[in-house]
Amino acid sequence: MSAAPSRSRRATDDPAWAKALVIGVVLVFLALVLIVPLAAVFAEALRRGLDAALVAVNNPDALAAVKLTLLTAAIAVPFNAVFGLCASWAIAKHEFRGKPLLITLIDLPFSVSPVVAGLIYVLIFGMQGWFGEWLVDNDIKVIFAVPGIVLATVFVTFPFVARELIPLMQEQGTSEEEAAISMGASGLYTFWRVTAPNVRWGLMYGVLLSNARAMGEFGAVSVVSGHIRGLTNTMPLHVEILYNEYDFVGAFAVAALLCLLAVVTLVLKTAVEAAQPRTGRGGH
Amino acid sequence: MTISIRSVDKKFGRYPALNKVDLEIADGELLALLGPSGSGKTTLLRTIAGLEFPDAGQVLFHGQDVTFASAAARRVGFVFQQYALFKHMTVAKNIAFGLDVRKGKDKPSKIEIEKRVDELLKLVELDGLGKRYPSQLSGGQRQRVALSRALAVQPSVLLLDEPFGALDATVRKSLRKELRRVHDATGVTTIFVTHDQEEALELADRVAILNKGQIEQVGTPDQVHDQPQTAFVCGFVGEANSFEGQVAGGQFTAGALRLPAAGVRDGAATAYVRPHDFVLDETGFEVRVERAHVQGPLTAVSAATLDGHPLEISASRAEAALFQGAVKIAARKTHVYAV
Ligand SMILES: Nc1ncnc2c1ncn2[C@@H]1O[C@H](COP(=O)(O)OP(=O)(O)OP(=O)(O)O)[C@@H](O)[C@H]1O
Ligand SMILES: [Mg+2]
Repeated sequence: MSAAPSRSRRATDDPAWAKALVIGVVLVFLALVLIVPLAAVFAEALRRGLDAALVAVNNPDALAAVKLTLLTAAIAVPFNAVFGLCASWAIAKHEFRGKPLLITLIDLPFSVSPVVAGLIYVLIFGMQGWFGEWLVDNDIKVIFAVPGIVLATVFVTFPFVARELIPLMQEQGTSEEEAAISMGASGLYTFWRVTAPNVRWGLMYGVLLSNARAMGEFGAVSVVSGHIRGLTNTMPLHVEILYNEYDFVGAFAVAALLCLLAVVTLVLKTAVEAAQPRTGRGGH
Repeated sequence: MTISIRSVDKKFGRYPALNKVDLEIADGELLALLGPSGSGKTTLLRTIAGLEFPDAGQVLFHGQDVTFASAAARRVGFVFQQYALFKHMTVAKNIAFGLDVRKGKDKPSKIEIEKRVDELLKLVELDGLGKRYPSQLSGGQRQRVALSRALAVQPSVLLLDEPFGALDATVRKSLRKELRRVHDATGVTTIFVTHDQEEALELADRVAILNKGQIEQVGTPDQVHDQPQTAFVCGFVGEANSFEGQVAGGQFTAGALRLPAAGVRDGAATAYVRPHDFVLDETGFEVRVERAHVQGPLTAVSAATLDGHPLEISASRAEAALFQGAVKIAARKTHVYAV
């Protein structure tokens, strides 16, 4: 059919210049929006040399911020993994009243501004809040303390796992579960042996995303934290404080550390995607 | 295991998926549930399995009421339409699942389970594939794994939903024989769903024909094909020419076409004639032959009555030359139903 049999053309073959143009635009855009700022962070952090950066990070307040960030993620992420697994299982594999409402509620943190999320907790647990007096009487601190930070982080990160798993589980249907039940497996056994393994890559992916957000969250945490140095400052908050004090090396050094954590997360995520063998997303 | 289904009703919302279904299945029988899409086959099978529960009526296993017993309690082996193999488990683990879930002294030892898995793999001719994952198997092989997984628990009933639905024609044919062989070897009461009448007639001891949630007829393949009790069965099972007309005094008339209709009450009626029931007959009615072509050992003739109603005739190859131009034919057998 073709007049030029030497060149095999496929339907997706666009002219070379068009391809080059599209790829070029994407690369320029990525460079401007992602790579340059990221490089700038590291460049700023290392402007006075590696030693200065290390000193800035190796300061008690900065270390406390790192610790608090890791602690917050260590509580929020497992909690959300369990919650997300349960919620998506309930939604994808069962029929019950009020299901659309539950789905909407799960999406709420995505649609509400993080600042509002923080304010909600201030309203509930703050001094002037609903439980304020009772908490003071019993000497429990939620707002301007670690529990508040953890609560706010849980709030903003809880959709990630569920959102990742619900479509996956829905796509897989219920027939494997029915097969297991018809062979005498209990509900719990079926969940652990059939449902969970089928979504393990999706779960891992959701956990990584929610971890990235948990470590990076600024808005909601900023409202409930109180910015007490060495006590209630997470890394993003600490970066802001240092920056506002014109300690640019310190600010960028901590920011660089935060970026490194994000890069580790992304590398893990890529590894997870590459490691998906026979099962999981698009694998069948 | 005998199974009795007694006036079972099942509604989805307001839609009646099953409507007063009665069915008796004998011990060791191989029964086909045949019907068009949406007729309620899967719903009935799932109700028998205990994966769906009826709104009214009873399901009895061996005389015992199991209407609301769980699937596990009924000890059914269920083969799903898309097989529903556990993707992340090897073939051997899949087959062993029903034994692995058992607890305490009911649970066979590791060695016993391995032996049973090997036996089953042999039974379905998959020896040596135990270590593969389902995604590494062909469609036909997956089907066999699903079958042996269902058989592993030594079920009292084997239920299969469109077991060959997703396979190509050659594999379907060989697996059909295989199911028959496995059924004969194990003697387990078996019910399978299909919308392919050829499959049902070839494989089953008896066929139950479902239409719009109701059973139209239950009988041997011969009975449903040769003595269809309702117009639906006649049109659905086997090929048939259909004619809309009137019955008066035991005679069916549709335009120039006349057919015997003894015992059918006067009034509007539908008549069915199988293509092979039309024969050349000088005393019959006239048709115009439009085309005749070879169909294996037969000749398929397309013709039309004088008032233009098309009809299909199936004749022997020897008669092919006789079907030319205008010929006279008669029906040696007709099925006429008052509407
Ligand atoms: N879970 C459900 N919710 C609502 N309606 C349903 C459900 N399951 C089945 N139905 C309806 O009940 C009717 C019978 O369905 P069923 O699956 O039993 O048909 P079937 O004979 O197996 O059809 P097919 O050959 O297409 O598989 C259909 O009209 C279907 O839409
Ligand atoms: Mg069906």
